[in-house]
Amino acid sequence: MNPRLTFATARRVLLQVRGDHRTLAMLIAVPCVLIGLLAWIFNGTPVFDKIGAPLLGVFPFVVMFLITSVATLRERSSGTLERLLSTPLGKGDFLGGYALAFGLLAVVQALVATGFAIWVCGLAVAGPGSLLVVVAVVDAVLGTATGLFVSAFARTEFQAVQFMPAFVLPQFLLCGLLVPRNGLPHVLELLSDVLPLSYAVDAMRTLTTQVDAAGDVGRDVAIVAAFALGAIALGSLTLRRRTP
Amino acid sequence: MDGLHVFRGSREVLPGISLTVPRGQVVGLLGPNGGGKTTLLRSIVGVQIVAGGTVTVLGEPAGSPGLRARVGYVTQDASVYSDLTVRANLTYFAALAGAPRTDVDRVMEAVDLAADVNTRVDRLSGGQRSRVSLAAALIGSPELLILDEPTVGLDPVLRRDLWGLFRRLADEGTTMLVSSHVMDEATRCDRLLLLREGRLLADDSPAGLLDRTGAPDAEQAFFALIEAEAAA
Repeated sequence: MNPRLTFATARRVLLQVRGDHRTLAMLIAVPCVLIGLLAWIFNGTPVFDKIGAPLLGVFPFVVMFLITSVATLRERSSGTLERLLSTPLGKGDFLGGYALAFGLLAVVQALVATGFAIWVCGLAVAGPGSLLVVVAVVDAVLGTATGLFVSAFARTEFQAVQFMPAFVLPQFLLCGLLVPRNGLPHVLELLSDVLPLSYAVDAMRTLTTQVDAAGDVGRDVAIVAAFALGAIALGSLTLRRRTP
Repeated sequence: MDGLHVFRGSREVLPGISLTVPRGQVVGLLGPNGGGKTTLLRSIVGVQIVAGGTVTVLGEPAGSPGLRARVGYVTQDASVYSDLTVRANLTYFAALAGAPRTDVDRVMEAVDLAADVNTRVDRLSGGQRSRVSLAAALIGSPELLILDEPTVGLDPVLRRDLWGLFRRLADEGTTMLVSSHVMDEATRCDRLLLLREGRLLADDSPAGLLDRTGAPDAEQAFFALIEAEAAA
């Protein structure tokens, strides 16, 4: 990896997003609208305090998964990826550039969404609010890495978009948001143990309930980060300089 | 290139080709569509999985890391980012090539795009887009330029200008390998490779080719070679 090439790639990706005002607006506004809607639905009940923070961890994962899978599919089908790989750019620079660019976008998204949830919707958080942002950003990087990996298996943008329900919804059902993970049938509980979103939601839940949360959250964040690194490694295998 | 052998799917596209491209010349790779031109060029760039044979480029095996800054490749479709401006595209490719920023202005002048630098690529015409793609390959002044049908869809004036540019680059020492299915572009090359159905029908200078076939122009020469092959 070469930092100069990684930064150049991140800059290029950010310039592309900046040129697309609607995507940028949705990236920032949609999580806030959903959080606001949620707070409104459960107005006067303790439910929002229970699931508000975990959802702050789910949104960046879903959004970045979608955006990255479509963006890299475009690179693969437009011939730009083949061109990039015939230049001195390394695979690590390509992957790192995307992770960096979407990680930065996730920081902005997480700051706005978390601020909105806490100050406007009155989300009660026992632990430090800054950790919410950290967890959200790691989730976003996980979404980016997974999206990049699965884009290798899509031939069209129609297929890429459908990977979202295929990859993300099962994790959403099993992550402990609907039914606590220890209340799931045993097989499903074991399954949820090997899905990264479970740890993201665990981290967010710990943050809302425990004042001294850093230790547990740190462990969960490390696990999510490990999944993200694994997905990046798998993704790099799908970037081939030579193709048939 | 020695005994290059390539399959795409189960189809044998190149059944074993050997040829040499001399440095500092404009070499035209001509032939009908589907004849293996793109596959041959991809093998030289090193992005094609090959079944057999060796391809040596500027003294190194094709596709080796050391060659990536020395070989420029332009695909048939404009492989640039359509949602970025011309300048943003070229600045990015300049960063990848490790070229100075002044290179961006130089290549925009070279392909006559200086007036459109701040236009997004998706607002350009098809011909302008393919010139952006060409400009991106000129960045960093690679020693070998591989251009896959760079003049398709361009008007006659632009085509003449681009061939003038190729000539200038070759005179400065760049090796140019340019594919085309337009036979009248043959006269602008120093050397011609005629490729049909994966087989090399000719590897000669334009004058040598006309001499050998007795044909008045490259197109007639090509037909003569096909007929000679069918008769044999």
